[in-house]
Amino acid sequence: MDKSGLVERTPILDVVTQTLLFLALAVSMGPFLIVAIAASQNLHDVNQAPMAFWPGQDFVANVQAAWTRADLGVKLLNSLIFALGVAVGKVALASLSAFSIVFFSYRGRRVFFWLTFMTLMLPLEVRIVPTYAVAANVLSPYQSLLEVSGIAALLHRLLGVTVDLHYGLLDSYGGLILPLIATATGTFLYRQFFLTLPDELVEAAKMDGARPLRFFFEILLPLSRSNMAALFTIMFVWGWNDYLWPLLVTTQAAHRTAIVGLRELVPGLNGIPEWNIAMAGTLVVMAPPLLLVILTQRWFERGLVATEK
Amino acid sequence: MASIDIRAVHKRFGAATVLSGVDLQIVAGDFVVILGPSGCGKSTLLRLVAGLETITSGEIAIDGRVVNALEPRERGCAMVFQNYALYPHMSVADNIGYALKVAGVGKAERMRRIEEVAQTLGLSPYLTRKPSALSGGQRQRVAMGRAMIREPRVFLFDEPLSNLDAQLRVQLRAEIRRLHKRLGVTSIFVTHDQMEAMTLADTLVVMNGGKIEQIGTPSAVYETPASRFVAAFIGSPPMNLAEGIVDADGAFRADVAAWSGLAPHAGTALAGRRAIVGLRPEKAVVLSEPAAGALPATVEFTEEYGAGRVVHLDLGGKTFAAATQASAPPVGASVWLSVQHADAHLFDAESGLRVAPSGGAA
Repeated sequence: MDKSGLVERTPILDVVTQTLLFLALAVSMGPFLIVAIAASQNLHDVNQAPMAFWPGQDFVANVQAAWTRADLGVKLLNSLIFALGVAVGKVALASLSAFSIVFFSYRGRRVFFWLTFMTLMLPLEVRIVPTYAVAANVLSPYQSLLEVSGIAALLHRLLGVTVDLHYGLLDSYGGLILPLIATATGTFLYRQFFLTLPDELVEAAKMDGARPLRFFFEILLPLSRSNMAALFTIMFVWGWNDYLWPLLVTTQAAHRTAIVGLRELVPGLNGIPEWNIAMAGTLVVMAPPLLLVILTQRWFERGLVATEK
Repeated sequence: MASIDIRAVHKRFGAATVLSGVDLQIVAGDFVVILGPSGCGKSTLLRLVAGLETITSGEIAIDGRVVNALEPRERGCAMVFQNYALYPHMSVADNIGYALKVAGVGKAERMRRIEEVAQTLGLSPYLTRKPSALSGGQRQRVAMGRAMIREPRVFLFDEPLSNLDAQLRVQLRAEIRRLHKRLGVTSIFVTHDQMEAMTLADTLVVMNGGKIEQIGTPSAVYETPASRFVAAFIGSPPMNLAEGIVDADGAFRADVAAWSGLAPHAGTALAGRRAIVGLRPEKAVVLSEPAAGALPATVEFTEEYGAGRVVHLDLGGKTFAAATQASAPPVGASVWLSVQHADAHLFDAESGLRVAPSGGAA
């Protein structure tokens, strides 16, 4: 939409804002540039103080070194599976729960929504211990329920059976992904979008004979494509960049993600200060989410700011 | 084609009663228009027939089968909505054919029927377009096509023309009428526009305050309104109404004395009670010379309609509208109103119901 008609002629202010914009761009691009330059220098140049601000010629060699040293092939694949799984899972679960909250009336639906909404205020870091406990043993809530209610003790006394429910997800893709796919942000985003749809659309579909799931898949989902793209992008980038959760849940190299793997490239206290290789690895690891954002940017913006009518 | 029986239907939303005891029999193939002011419950009644709302009490039967508990898709009704409610992401063809797709009709058969319907509605050139690339009139045609393609037993129209401009409205009105003639499907059409109602209806149903005021042909409703509400609601400009008291001899004494002359002999049915007398604007003749029995009045202003005009007169301090084909008298001129007492309508002021001026049944 062109809103330029609202803009007044303010030449001085224009210059000021443009300057500010370029300054902001420089500030945000600066570190990125340093990383890129460092990644192309050799061990000697990168350790000069102050650092030289021209690129070297060892970029390819550095990337190769980083790739083999941190086993980035496997880790990037893990990251991809993790971020994709989390993003797809969140999109699917959020759209379904918003569908339920908006289009069906049942007892307690408001309570459910506000309970979900309130978890918005609790980032993963706050609830990481219970979440970890659940990942370590998916059945632990039921186990505690049995113990607290005294049923476990009763069973032990009557039958001599010790109840010990255990199903662990640590060190698996399931453990990485499943505990994270509930999303209040996503549910809220979808809910707000669904609320903008006219009631008549639902009624027209009803008159056309569509049952709820058909309505969901053939009408709601196509209409929320840009929302989906936005949510998917945000969640993919978030999942890709998450450090704490994959670090906790995975202990074996086979399931480590790339972000966690970057640590292996950071020079140790008394090791060789190979920052050029660390930076090359960083560049490689940051590339996929960057690419995704560039590719989905158009959709992404539409999903966040506007609703398709 | 199906008959529809609505029996003692009540509808409450929480504490608010929207329909209180609606009875309506619709014969198969009839075109019924439900007319009423906003909030009278007409749309709710339509939605109850469609199955989009649940009935609080009472019964609705389609072709003799009670449908209270049936889902909308099981009732065989198709509906056209006021704001079209097209699926924005689907092409015109997909919009029209969606019901068939849901019903599992094969692609080839579906395309054939879509094209047939599009032909009827003049939509053939637009089949691949999205609804956002269509004009309002075209969108409403798509909505009608979507309803037609299912070959429903009942068509339900929920103010489908309200969002269109006047010219398109007249055009689509004629098209709906033609379609009904061709297909003969039982139709219920809800509107608040009396022109639409009068021109479309086989049977006109006037609703007010959650109740049916009158059922009849448009001309019957116009000529013998069953209540003061119908009299005032139907007709443009509206009927001239005067309240007063009927004395023991059956003579009407209006509160504004000059209006008593509209119906000097109200009859004894309402003797000693308050009554309302009404006269349609086109039944009064404006004379420029005094005549026997004519009521003196002065011209306030004139509304020009092209084919005729409505002269607003000061009759004893209250405005009386008279429709005339003759040239308009100048503002401020003294004129005389000639009325036929037989043209006057009489209503009981208390109940609002029609009373035959001569006494006896209406």
